[in-house]
Amino acid sequence: MAIWTSRRSLLTGAGGVGVAATLGGCANARIIGFDKARKSLDIANSSEPLSLDPHKATGSWENNIIGNMFIGLTTENEEAEPVPGMAERWEVSEDLLTWTFYLRRATWSDGESCDAHDFEFGFKRIMNPDTLAQYASILYPIKNAQAINTGEMDVEELGVTAIDDLTLEIRLEHPAPYLPQLLKHYTAYPIPKHVHERVGEDWIKAENIQVNGPFILRRWWSNYIIHLERNPNFYDANNVVIEHLYFYPQNDVQAAARKVLSGEAGWATRFPSNQVEVLRRDLPGFVRVSTYLTVNYFSFNMTKPPFDDVRVRQAISMAYDRDFVANQIYKTGETPAYKFVPPGVYNYPSSALYSWAGRPVAERKQEAERLLRAAGYGPNNPLRFAFSHRNTSDNPRVAVVAQNDWNSIAPWVTVELRGVENQVHYANLRAKNFDAGDGGWIGDFNDAKNFLYLFESRTGSQNYPGYNNPRYDGLVHQSDFERDDQARAQLMLQAEQLLLDEAPICTSVFINSTNLVHPDLTGYVDNLEDIHRARWFGIRNA
Amino acid sequence: MLALTVRRLLVAIPTLIAIVAAAFLLMKAAPGGPFTTERQLQPEIEQRLKAKFGLDLPIEQQLARYLFGSEEGGGLVRGDFGPSMTYKDKTVIDIIAEGAPTSAILGFGAMLFALLVGGGLGIIAALRQNKIQDYAVMALAIAGVCLPPLVVGPVFQLLFGVQWGILPSQGLHRDEFGLIYLILPIITLALPLIAIVSRLMRASMIEALRSNAIRTARAKGLPETQVILRHALPIALLPIVSYVGPALAGVMAGSFVIETVYQLPGIGKQFVYAAGQRDYTLVMGVVLIYSFLIISLNLAADIMYRVLDPRARTA
Repeated sequence: MAIWTSRRSLLTGAGGVGVAATLGGCANARIIGFDKARKSLDIANSSEPLSLDPHKATGSWENNIIGNMFIGLTTENEEAEPVPGMAERWEVSEDLLTWTFYLRRATWSDGESCDAHDFEFGFKRIMNPDTLAQYASILYPIKNAQAINTGEMDVEELGVTAIDDLTLEIRLEHPAPYLPQLLKHYTAYPIPKHVHERVGEDWIKAENIQVNGPFILRRWWSNYIIHLERNPNFYDANNVVIEHLYFYPQNDVQAAARKVLSGEAGWATRFPSNQVEVLRRDLPGFVRVSTYLTVNYFSFNMTKPPFDDVRVRQAISMAYDRDFVANQIYKTGETPAYKFVPPGVYNYPSSALYSWAGRPVAERKQEAERLLRAAGYGPNNPLRFAFSHRNTSDNPRVAVVAQNDWNSIAPWVTVELRGVENQVHYANLRAKNFDAGDGGWIGDFNDAKNFLYLFESRTGSQNYPGYNNPRYDGLVHQSDFERDDQARAQLMLQAEQLLLDEAPICTSVFINSTNLVHPDLTGYVDNLEDIHRARWFGIRNA
Repeated sequence: MLALTVRRLLVAIPTLIAIVAAAFLLMKAAPGGPFTTERQLQPEIEQRLKAKFGLDLPIEQQLARYLFGSEEGGGLVRGDFGPSMTYKDKTVIDIIAEGAPTSAILGFGAMLFALLVGGGLGIIAALRQNKIQDYAVMALAIAGVCLPPLVVGPVFQLLFGVQWGILPSQGLHRDEFGLIYLILPIITLALPLIAIVSRLMRASMIEALRSNAIRTARAKGLPETQVILRHALPIALLPIVSYVGPALAGVMAGSFVIETVYQLPGIGKQFVYAAGQRDYTLVMGVVLIYSFLIISLNLAADIMYRVLDPRARTA
């Protein structure tokens, strides 16, 4: 960029503020977070988006915004279940490998038609390695996607073809019955081809962007506010009630709750769980707690002692008192995790369980000591290891409980805590520079595969424990090719049970989603994925 | 004067380069990187991301690339601060341009306020040395230094915003800018400055009043107001001027605490988040703006010195 453009944008910023400063003086009215007359909603979102480009976004707080701007082939209803979006209906071939989607007639916000070509363009863009999409791997079930994304194949080979304006064909690598789940994910959103061809990667800027969803971006003021406005050209615009959405990046969870308490926000996407009682009292009807597609777990570094021994992993795993953590550290009714895949996952019976799950903690600790002695540890050969954890939110307090549980197995077990910031923690986990370390996983789509794939050996460094079991790999791989839902679930269950028995990880707690929502906001329904599109929102007692 | 300015500006260039190099190396020494997150990238994509930002190069080449750009252009010498490494849709200039006006108005306003109030209080204390007014002003100054904005901010919000409801307590009005939203933040930011300015003013005013020049002025029979404002004040202002230059740079480059407590869009907040996320280019951008402000305001202070003090002109 040449220097004069930089100077110009600096000057525009300064000039804009000057003009606004004189005008803004009269706008001293208090902000009403859920303004029924103006039909606007102020939202305390958990963080600043790193991108609003659906192909570059990675976080749930970004999804909260992007999902209001774009509609994929399928989309979410109030319950976050996949329902027809831009595709009115679809057909699946006999071998389950070719899906044909029939699109509705719809337009972008500027009136240009939004059709199958925009989708083809979108899928090819995200798979093109030059786009640097960090989340492209989620769409690897599409034919040739992985090869293209890793630069081994030309992008034109992608198994997505616009047969005509309103017909899109997607060919797959293997049967993926969860495809409708996947296609409502933001990675599968179309982008306006005509805008991208004109301005390139700047298409996402507020002055260029066109959307096919219910709301359009009006302003993005970094680390301060994002303003979306109703898109009158959305195909279902007549049923969209809310006119304005304002998203604030509220990194501080206490401040998020305060914003709702003071009436300046009508929805906060989280709140401090230890204040749930106070909030229930002060904000009657606001507190929403729901099971969530999230599991917290600890990884054992299996590439070196002591955790290369299955007995040590089992011992440490069983001595940890999940019930205490779920009830005393978290205060919003979290579930202790005696399995890995969160309960309630679609088409999955969730019946895998640690073999020792029903036994009391004291008994488990005795068993743990026996296992550790069998592994060669004892007074003369004490077990020492470090537990690395993130020093954010409730994690340090959980770590102290875990440390205490493990130290109390026997006097010769010593656990040292190492709390570090997130970035450093994950860098350590990936580099296998840890003994045991905490972590969490939020499902991208509602399918057990999305959890179990983490410990496939081909997952690479995100397989933090370094678990490598051909039988496990085989079961997960096989599940991709199983056409019968029940048989597929059984294969994944076997894999999960194997994971629990061999204990490369120690599961901790299934985290709940926590929101503060104005009770007069209708169309907000608690759901497993914690996805709530403003398109469905309405106003009670207007 | 012109020669001095030119000379100082020339010296500023190597200084800036040294600052850039030092900040760059320090930042790289921190563990982790902009792409280390909870979610693992495909190795090929991570490789390409690193190549895009030159993170795969040896560190001295990274620095050279940052300063002089690559074949595709860019580089600091051409005025390009580069794309942000974490905010994928924005460049460093975009982000700074969004935050800088608020930070600059806040800092400038706070300093102006501090000079008027602190200066006035300092003069009163000097003229009533060791009397009740003096003690009151100095007690206030000590309180101003001791109470951090982290404490004062929320108290002000509670009193002015919630209890009495006379001023907005936090944020702008959504995305509408207005000076009224900056009143409380400016006062909060100004308090410690008022304290320092008033102490400096008191000390240098006392000294100035004892000088021969003032005795002469009084001997000539000038009225006391004229003695103080026309003759003592310019001398007494000198230490303040040398303090204000760098201090103004400090407050104008953004205050993380003020911007967080009052939820304002400034660059102080951006800087802290960027450091946490290892957004190397954004951190460098803010460091550069800050260094540039320090250097230019120091120069401005020196020039002011010469305007105020005839002795400095020949030095």
